[in-house]
Amino acid sequence: MKLLYFAWIRERVGKPEEEIELPASVATVGDLIHWLKKRGEEYAHAFDNPKVVRAALDKVHVGPAAKIANAREIAFFPPMTGG
Amino acid sequence: MSVRITEAPIDVAAETAALAHAGSNTGALVTFTGICRREEDGVPIAALVLEHYAGMAEAEIERHVEEAQKRWPLLGVRIVHRVGRIKPGETIVFVATASAHREPAFAAAEFLMDYLKTRAPFWKKVERADGTHWVAAKKTDDAAAARWKKPREAAE
Repeated sequence: MKLLYFAWIRERVGKPEEEIELPASVATVGDLIHWLKKRGEEYAHAFDNPKVVRAALDKVHVGPAAKIANAREIAFFPPMTGG
Repeated sequence: MSVRITEAPIDVAAETAALAHAGSNTGALVTFTGICRREEDGVPIAALVLEHYAGMAEAEIERHVEEAQKRWPLLGVRIVHRVGRIKPGETIVFVATASAHREPAFAAAEFLMDYLKTRAPFWKKVERADGTHWVAAKKTDDAAAARWKKPREAAE
């Protein structure tokens, strides 16, 4: 699955995107964040404050309870500041 | 509708002219121009750098234009959002709505800007002489967007 990171979340993780094989135990967006935090310091730092982490599955905003299912990509980013 | 994301400077007059003849009976054309300010907390801004999620940004804006078209009788909508490096005084975003009458045109333009501020995947970084930092999302923007929620949505 393709993971994308934006803004300061991208800076903390250290890369804009990556391809990861997700374990079967990761079913929801929240599960994935929990699993990513254990991958390394940079991930723990990026996902440290859940209140400022937003996600999109296949380019649609979702909450932490959303099931990943067969989504092709997931993006993580801070609250948006466009406009 | 026309929704465009560009790294090039936005020509507000040209974009306005493009929408002016949207429908055969346009009586009202409302435009909003978002401009890069010159200072923040009294410190001069050197530049804003706008990052975006290509693909999702266009799709998300289009979803909100469709929502606006359901809520109000619009004859046309034109949105241009700039990304990349933007200097003070330059245009960041342009939102224009056309309708037969002014009430829908004003309301739709405000609705679209409130949603653009909170739901469209763009992120601003400010470069100043004293350093660079990411702009934080504002609670007032979330509150502005929330007031457009329909009762069913507000209950979710």
